[in-house]
Amino acid sequence: MSKSDTFSWFHFSSPQTFYPLAGTLQPWFAALAFLLCAVGLYIGFFVAPTDAQQGESYRIIFIHVPAAWMSMFLYLVMGFWSGIGLVLNTRLSSMMATALAPTGALFTFIALWTGALWGKPTWGTWWVWDARLTSELILLFLYIGFMALQAAIDDQRRADKAGAVLALVGVINIPIIYFSVQWWSTLHQGASVNMKSAPTMATTMLVGMLIMALGFWMYGIAATLARVRCVILERERHTDWVAAEIGRQT
Amino acid sequence: MIRALGWVLRRDLLLAFRRRGDVVNALVFFVIVVSLFPLGVGPEASQLRNMAPGVLWVAALLACMLSLARLFAPDHQDGTLEQMLLAGEPLVVLVMGKVIAHWLMSGLPLVLIAPLLGLQFDLPGDALVVLCVSLLIGTPVLSLIGAVGAALTLGLRGSGVLVALLVLPLFVPVLIFGAGSVGATAAGTGAEAHLLLLGGFLALALVLAPWASAAALRIAME
Repeated sequence: MSKSDTFSWFHFSSPQTFYPLAGTLQPWFAALAFLLCAVGLYIGFFVAPTDAQQGESYRIIFIHVPAAWMSMFLYLVMGFWSGIGLVLNTRLSSMMATALAPTGALFTFIALWTGALWGKPTWGTWWVWDARLTSELILLFLYIGFMALQAAIDDQRRADKAGAVLALVGVINIPIIYFSVQWWSTLHQGASVNMKSAPTMATTMLVGMLIMALGFWMYGIAATLARVRCVILERERHTDWVAAEIGRQT
Repeated sequence: MIRALGWVLRRDLLLAFRRRGDVVNALVFFVIVVSLFPLGVGPEASQLRNMAPGVLWVAALLACMLSLARLFAPDHQDGTLEQMLLAGEPLVVLVMGKVIAHWLMSGLPLVLIAPLLGLQFDLPGDALVVLCVSLLIGTPVLSLIGAVGAALTLGLRGSGVLVALLVLPLFVPVLIFGAGSVGATAAGTGAEAHLLLLGGFLALALVLAPWASAAALRIAME
């Protein structure tokens, strides 16, 4: 792409050039993720004050809320790369979408699991068929569907494109399930929880949560980069540069 | 374009008419699934009344999903689909014709038989009307979304299970508001809001789903 010395972002749109870049960046993001999560957890567990109403059990939100944010955000990123891959027909974009899906599914699962752990002492039940919980569950199904569809198709190009179409269809569903909190609670009276009516947070709580969110974000990037490197090696295994790369590493 | 639409519609309906068993099977499946629930949970009338909207809607979802296998697969096997892709008419229009035919064969019969099953569940008259209306608005959405899933999984091994995995989560909003409309009528709060939202889903699916299906078909036939 870049014939002259002028720098172009498209320089890195080829798997061959992106592979070493991802390898260089990945440890930095991993270190940042570790650092931010350590600081965030310290603030969350030791600095932040005990909640007046919920006691100590509220502290799970330091993991729960950032995980829920990332689960939605990563799906949008996945949809973005899917769209780019479908329109521009770039292989790396589709690889990015493939690499993002398991991390997104992981965050969705963590959000559901920690939500259940928080719900038991607070609401007295592991699970409520509330709009938020249901929408998050659908998100998990969407991730699983994406991965299952890609795994079922042997032809790589078709797997990429079919997955992209599915991811984009799912993106349309995301605002629907996201705003269903408002729609549903207006239709169904007396919904059991409303995220918005939480008491205004203390500053340390908010700071801890934001740091945790940043840490999870960095983890998402690090995990995706590590995974996309594997995907690149696997799919480009017929090329000379991968053979040279593997020869160099072993 | 309209002629092409009519042509696909007529062809699919004719094919279905010549092989009536497929249509009847989906309908019988719907009836049997719905009838299993009173046997499973017990015949107490008040409980059945509460369950009826959900049971009928879930059974409709499943019946629609089962019939998705017939939407593109036979045409894929005998090569008709390739001819459709090569045809001068826009693929979106042809897909639309097939979806309409699918709804007429799988959705409409459910709408027509639903009141009878509702009576089995002791639903009152106004709830029965709302049930029919909600199914009438909601089942086309199922066919439209289902077409995307059927096109994406065309010709894959284990596509039957896969299509369920892809399509059922996308059916959820329709299920919630479809069953919710009947429940709201029974609770006395009125079904209008639910039905309007269902109409919104239908409008959105009508605009987007045929394009997504056509794109998926092109990917599958590459």
